[in-house]
Amino acid sequence: MNMQRPIVFIKDTGATAKRDATREIYTSLLTLLTERGLQDAIQVVRVADIGVYDKGVVAKVLPGGKLYANITPADLPELVEAVLGARDLARLQLTTDPNKQARLVLANCGTIDPDSIDDYIAAGGYEGLRKALTMSPEQVIEEMKASGLRGRGGAGFPTWLKWQLTARQQATPRYVICNGDEGDPGAYMDRSILEGDPHAVLEGMLIGGYAMGSAHGILYIRAEYPLAVTRMEKAIIQARERGFVGERILGSAFSFDFEVRLGAGAFVCGEETSLIASVEGKRGTPRPRPPFPSVKGLWGKPTTINNVETWANVPFILRRGGAAFAAVGTTQSAGTKVFAMTGMIRNSGLIEVPMGISLREIVYDIGGGVASGKPLKAVQTGGPSGGVIPARFLDSPVDYENLGKLGSIMGSGGLIVMDEDNCMVDIAKFYLQFCVDESCGKCAPCRIGTYQLLHYYTKISEGRGELADLDKIRSIGQAMQKASLCGLGQSAANPALSTLRYFEDEYKEHIVNKRCPARKCKALVTYTILPDACKRCSLCMKSCPVKAISGDRTVGYTINQELCIKCGQCYNVCKFGAVKGA
Amino acid sequence: MINARINDILVQVPDGTTILDAARKVQVRIPTLCKHPDLPPTAACGICVVRIKGSAKMLRACCTPIEEGMDIITHDPEIVAVRRSVVELILSAHPNECLTCGRNGTCELQKLAADFGIREEEFAKHLQEAPRDETTRAVTLEPRKCIKCGRCTEVCQDIQDVWALSLLHRGFETRMAPAGDISLADSPCVKCGQCSAHCPTGAIFEKDDTRTVWNALSNPETHAVVQIAPAVRVALGEAFGYEPGELLTRKTYAVLRRLGFKTVFDTSFGADVCVMEEAAEFEERFRKRPTDLPLITTCCPSWVDFMEKFHPDMIRHFSSCKSPQAMLGALTKTYFVEKHNLDVKRIFNVAVMPCTAKKYEITRAGEMYSSGTQDIDVVLTTRELARMIKQAGIDFRDLPEEDPDHIMGDYAGAGVIFGATGGVMEAALRTAHFFITGSLPASVDITPVRGLDGVKECTMDVKGTKVRIAVAHGLRNVEYVLDRVRESKLKGGEPAYHFIEVMACPGGCIGGGGQPYGVTDEFRRKRAEGLYLDDRKHPVRASHENPHIQQLYGQYLGKPLGKKSHQLLHTKYTARPQYIK
Repeated sequence: MNMQRPIVFIKDTGATAKRDATREIYTSLLTLLTERGLQDAIQVVRVADIGVYDKGVVAKVLPGGKLYANITPADLPELVEAVLGARDLARLQLTTDPNKQARLVLANCGTIDPDSIDDYIAAGGYEGLRKALTMSPEQVIEEMKASGLRGRGGAGFPTWLKWQLTARQQATPRYVICNGDEGDPGAYMDRSILEGDPHAVLEGMLIGGYAMGSAHGILYIRAEYPLAVTRMEKAIIQARERGFVGERILGSAFSFDFEVRLGAGAFVCGEETSLIASVEGKRGTPRPRPPFPSVKGLWGKPTTINNVETWANVPFILRRGGAAFAAVGTTQSAGTKVFAMTGMIRNSGLIEVPMGISLREIVYDIGGGVASGKPLKAVQTGGPSGGVIPARFLDSPVDYENLGKLGSIMGSGGLIVMDEDNCMVDIAKFYLQFCVDESCGKCAPCRIGTYQLLHYYTKISEGRGELADLDKIRSIGQAMQKASLCGLGQSAANPALSTLRYFEDEYKEHIVNKRCPARKCKALVTYTILPDACKRCSLCMKSCPVKAISGDRTVGYTINQELCIKCGQCYNVCKFGAVKGA
Repeated sequence: MINARINDILVQVPDGTTILDAARKVQVRIPTLCKHPDLPPTAACGICVVRIKGSAKMLRACCTPIEEGMDIITHDPEIVAVRRSVVELILSAHPNECLTCGRNGTCELQKLAADFGIREEEFAKHLQEAPRDETTRAVTLEPRKCIKCGRCTEVCQDIQDVWALSLLHRGFETRMAPAGDISLADSPCVKCGQCSAHCPTGAIFEKDDTRTVWNALSNPETHAVVQIAPAVRVALGEAFGYEPGELLTRKTYAVLRRLGFKTVFDTSFGADVCVMEEAAEFEERFRKRPTDLPLITTCCPSWVDFMEKFHPDMIRHFSSCKSPQAMLGALTKTYFVEKHNLDVKRIFNVAVMPCTAKKYEITRAGEMYSSGTQDIDVVLTTRELARMIKQAGIDFRDLPEEDPDHIMGDYAGAGVIFGATGGVMEAALRTAHFFITGSLPASVDITPVRGLDGVKECTMDVKGTKVRIAVAHGLRNVEYVLDRVRESKLKGGEPAYHFIEVMACPGGCIGGGGQPYGVTDEFRRKRAEGLYLDDRKHPVRASHENPHIQQLYGQYLGKPLGKKSHQLLHTKYTARPQYIK
């Protein structure tokens, strides 16, 4: 690790200057390094996103990951010294509270070279496996039990229990599967782990394989993640060369090998029985449980399926002990959770937090608050299977039980922050469209229920809604939750039911007053220019993408409603509040 | 045994029993649309939900085994509300065409909607438009009425191993169709019609030929002849409130005359002819061409189609005998016509069959035109005949009994058991034993070939040779038998079997795809029992002892496998592609 050449990432994150200064700082830094003969000692890279916003030019330095903000050309000599470790640069160092995050799973992501097994080993990699091989399989499962790790795919089933069920089956061979079919819109937790720390996933599965008496691991990765596939395949080759994979691993009696299988693009294949059907070459549809995969899984044999993040937690647990893991998070929900935080948030990106942290800490201390400065309206967790949690529950702790109580779920880790410009009808409709597209069509409540719900949401968003539709939404939603076969259908109504539960007034505004307060349902929005407030600056006319605004400085400006596409550009650019949207 | 509670009533059931079945023990019927007692659960409809007392979650009763100490609630206001919503959702995607639907009155969705007292359409109508598939002569697909329960694909893929039907596309676009969205005629479909027998709605049904038959019956120029298959007599009654298996042979003859048929024959007589030919064929191979053993029966047109598509290497083992229907059809338009000096062009020859594939069989090869015209003009299934009787307003239950026409209505006991799995084998063995040894087997009741086991194997001592026999029904079970045949051929030496009977439908013809709805193994057992009862009652048990058979051979055919037989009673097989396109 010490031999690694420092890398400086540069990005202008805006707010302090009007134009993008990335290039200017980048060039100046390169010039400075050349002058000092350091051009080969420090690598400089311009990046498209650095995970921080509105902090001027930001530099991120590896190793270490320190962030420096609001950098001017004058700061560069000091920055170079700081990179070389010659001095401290607290003056520019960005002070988002790093203690709010806890990096167990992502510890290596972005700090080691994922293509290098040496980097992984130098960071303590494969120590967990070595330790596991000195223990009995039962002891490994006991260690997992002590850790309190629960499935990170969303449902939160105790991982050790799943392992034990599989281990106790008589039938062989047994299989362990890594579920890398991450499909929630906007979520990329598993992708980051697969791409950033592939060996951690392999090590987790090897430990699991040892504990469950399995010799076959299958990495089921969605085909849309080609880099993840390449990195995993490379990692398997490297691990085999070093004796971590293959026959008689590390001189023990334990043998294990991997196979990579690509998903074919169906969201539902993230559901474990569908995933098994897909691996078997069948139509990716769920089947009833029981029998659970632990009893009858792939090819009818005992199978444990855990998702990427779950597997990536395992090496830490073995290396540092279950108790060390259990010390993080809460009693019921141990460890950390990785979230992909997006939406109306200042610092969007991947975060890893201890379980039990409040939504407020996530949004304000880590995320830097709402990007627009407007009041926070709600937080959505769990993607299309999750629900919307209104701002008044911001101090609720984030754990499996509590999110469930609020009508949402932990899910695999999507987290979307919403301000008052987000329409709850529109959000629910978006997720329903997703579920309509992704329902496998096997069972009636989900197949017809999602389609019908979308029908009623379209009706409401187009101003044709009736109050009776709300009851229909509730009864369809109830039928889907209770009678659908798999998790997709059971949870597909959550976005609808949770927004209806917390924001019924907003629905009624759409239905009764035919208004969309957030101006998202285009059929319900009309933009007009208020002549009295208008200062005739013409900015609205210039910003209109369809030339729907006409007029001049003498007569003022008007919007041709026939042409208007309701994009809201005029509303957003007007500095005088002269564009009315309602 | 598992001890549990259902609605606070103690229940004790064997390990592995589902909640659905356990509830039946305490007189509770949990509604379901997709679960068929014949098939493993597809868990597709979501109507059978129940809950464990105190739990918010609901479980599907059809596929959840009851566990020790479980405390199940099958009906509470929320459960009923959920079920009702699901039924309403299914109805929202189903056309309101009950009055003009072939399943009007027998539709399971219609019944459920009635039970739930659904009086208005709760949700917006979203129908899936898809064209009707009428490309086969046997089965019609009406995908717009499909509720995607998966029974048809389950039976086509898992029970029959044909894989003609599948569910295409995803989500709301999911559609039942032959794989690859080709027509049914271009698919591997073997026309067994099990899909139609299991479909809960009007999405798959037998091709209806009743109108053609009505037209023929009302034409004064036409002489309408009909034959009924063995399996019809023990199932037709179900459409008129009889128990399955009730033997209604002579009422059926009577009703056919009331409908306007001038001559009523019995396919069981055709079966007797079939036994004569097939037993002779077996004797011939047994004595002279042992390498052509095993001999494999060919009475079942679905099996013939399946073999031609999937196992053409077995063609040389196939009996060249036509099916009893086809034999009787050919004899009707030759022997019967000649004997009574009738004009063959005026004959309209109808066969009532438990089977949809028989509709296909009557044109399957050139030999089906051995009389110079199409030997059988129309095949009606048992279900179609029941509809015709109802249309004609005939009170079936109160009909007097009548006899069939001579001589092709006079069958031996052996002929009528053709309708049950193992029956063809048993009937053929009675006569083959006589042909080879000069005497009947020690007992004419050859019980090891009876019953509903998927594959039945036994041996019979014939003149010192242990004749090895296999009987399979349900096409998936054929694989095992044929694999053993192929293995023994590879090894050389003794064949694995000497004689094999295959019926495509589980249970044989009594469980045929054209029989009244709702068949279960209990129905199959009762129907088979009806046929064995008929056999026991007959003074003549073996086909070669049937004096009318002797008369037919004496007057007309000569001897089995003779020239006339070959003209009229035998056929050829050819390898066929599984997919036309």
